[in-house]
Amino acid sequence: MRTALKPLAWPLWLGILLWPLAGPVTSAAAAAALLGLVLARRLLPWKAAASGFQAARLPAIAGRWRAAAWAALACLLLALPLALNRYFLDVAITAGIYIALALGLNIIVGLAGLLVLGYIAFYAAGAYSYALLSTHLHLNFFLALPLGAGLALLFGLALGVPTLRLRGDYLAIVTLGFGEIVRIVLNNWDSVTGGPNGIMSIAKPSLAGLALGRPAHLYYIVLALCLLTALLIHRLNGSRLGRALVAMREDEAAARACGVDTVRLKLLAFMVSAAVAGTMGAVFAAKMGFVSPESFTFWESVMVLCMVVLGGMASIPGVILGAAALIVLPEAFRQLQVYRMLIFGASMAAMMIFRPQGLWPSKRRRMEMEEGG
Amino acid sequence: MLLQQLLNGLTLGSIYALIALGYTMVYGILEFINFAHGEVYMLGAYFAIIALGILTQWGVNTWTMAPLLVIVFAMVFAAAWGGTVERIAYRPLRAAPRLSPLISALGVSIFLQNLVMLTQGARDQVFRRELLFPHSFNTGGLALPGCQVSYIQITIIATSLLLMLGLTLFINRTRLGRAMRAVAQDQRMARLCGINIDAIIRLTFVLGSALAAAAGVLVAMHYGLVNFHIGYVAGLKAFIAAVVGGIGSVPGAMLGGLLLGMAESFGAGYLSCEYKDVYAFVILIAVLLIRPQGIMGDKSQ
Repeated sequence: MRTALKPLAWPLWLGILLWPLAGPVTSAAAAAALLGLVLARRLLPWKAAASGFQAARLPAIAGRWRAAAWAALACLLLALPLALNRYFLDVAITAGIYIALALGLNIIVGLAGLLVLGYIAFYAAGAYSYALLSTHLHLNFFLALPLGAGLALLFGLALGVPTLRLRGDYLAIVTLGFGEIVRIVLNNWDSVTGGPNGIMSIAKPSLAGLALGRPAHLYYIVLALCLLTALLIHRLNGSRLGRALVAMREDEAAARACGVDTVRLKLLAFMVSAAVAGTMGAVFAAKMGFVSPESFTFWESVMVLCMVVLGGMASIPGVILGAAALIVLPEAFRQLQVYRMLIFGASMAAMMIFRPQGLWPSKRRRMEMEEGG
Repeated sequence: MLLQQLLNGLTLGSIYALIALGYTMVYGILEFINFAHGEVYMLGAYFAIIALGILTQWGVNTWTMAPLLVIVFAMVFAAAWGGTVERIAYRPLRAAPRLSPLISALGVSIFLQNLVMLTQGARDQVFRRELLFPHSFNTGGLALPGCQVSYIQITIIATSLLLMLGLTLFINRTRLGRAMRAVAQDQRMARLCGINIDAIIRLTFVLGSALAAAAGVLVAMHYGLVNFHIGYVAGLKAFIAAVVGGIGSVPGAMLGGLLLGMAESFGAGYLSCEYKDVYAFVILIAVLLIRPQGIMGDKSQ
């Protein structure tokens, strides 16, 4: 008798939990749907599917074809503006900005293993610095770009120094607080930042009198910056510095005992990562033409963090895939818009349970997982 | 003015303290920040509105017992949600790297916010306390020398104190409370002594969620307006309160909550109202730099 009733338990519970919020009809429907799933699970090879998803791996491409695949990808990326209409080009640019952001955050979270939840503050620093430099001083975009990166870098230093001693959750909360403080100051410092209205009519990029404000131009600028960031991280990954970062992530005390200067490394990770965000912030300001505190909320930081985690920490292709997926998929499912965030939240939790290593894990991490599992 | 701010701070602080207790209990056992805890508080506020709706439909909303029914309904349902979230989203991740449950909690937080938004609407919901309390109670208060205390404020402070007292007694005096303390100290040893770890962890989540829901009900009574994103800021401040008081310490969370409420009330009154959300973070950073274990925290934490 008990075993026969067992499949009913979860659907019934779901119905009870949902009932006050959603009313009798919706909660009964949800319970029935879950019951269907539970029964289907008994008939279908669910276990096999789940473990397949856990272990799935992209097919390795052999040497000769690898070069061809890279060339095809390069051609595709270069030719994309020709094929896309304005709307999809805009999505592609946004995806590019987030890819670079996620790659930047990956330095702190993926390589150094420091959980930072206020990453968007550096992005805001870059965006506002270009907005101010452009509207007050009419500074050229390409000159403002390094200045925005520099300001964000200083922000990174400012956050890095007091938090050197903190680890794990404490660091997460302090960085979260830092991000909130930056946003609240932007929102209230009316004389400089324009308060909640933000700063408008920011100049589009131009070079030597040549206007580069069209979406296609922006696309190539973003593409170049993405490649630059990916290259930077690829080089960092294989370098002495990158290995020191990973050593610090795995065991800080042991790394220090081996002569790794963890203080310098942490600050370096913060600064490089912040500089990437600052650069992309300036690009964002140029793309939108206006900035306001609304674009720099905590959820943006969470979004970027999710890109890193869903794609696969410390894995460059993984992070790129994660960022592209999180920007492009919601656009593709516009008709499900209301349910978008609901599904997004649930899949974040599901991802952690079923495939914590990410969609495309780094080689190092994949080996660890297989060893451990 | 001074006394008035003190009283406002006490009201706000007792709300923060109630939420902070959930963070501190969970952190004490699992060493994990339950980012979805703020959403449970938000759920509590919504369940209060729903319960009031049901009571009004039945026509029993003017009973003397009605406020108690509202708060119990909200606490029971929010506790059920809290326990379920633990079972589904956190339990499978207990052995996982520390980042995994945190991300999962963020996901749950997004999920709950959007669930409430979809089912209850994105606009502010009104808690019509005139349906629950007589007019003289809603608008009246005690005039003390130097300040004015509304009956609602007295209700908030008294209810929170009562709940906190109850929790303290439960943790210190009962078998289950002792088991909770044992699990927080040493999980493996507690398991060897025959304590059902899973049940104790679930109990921790259920208790914390019920307290957060009570805070949500009190806030709904106080301000009258509820929105699906109130959980984020309140949850954050309550977590800061837990850290300031010393995470893992139950009296510390109460003290931290009161301290934070006072700081916010005095900051808003004497410094600047626009920056009232910043004070909490400034206090947090100061505490972490000067005394990272918090006011009442254990050095080893």
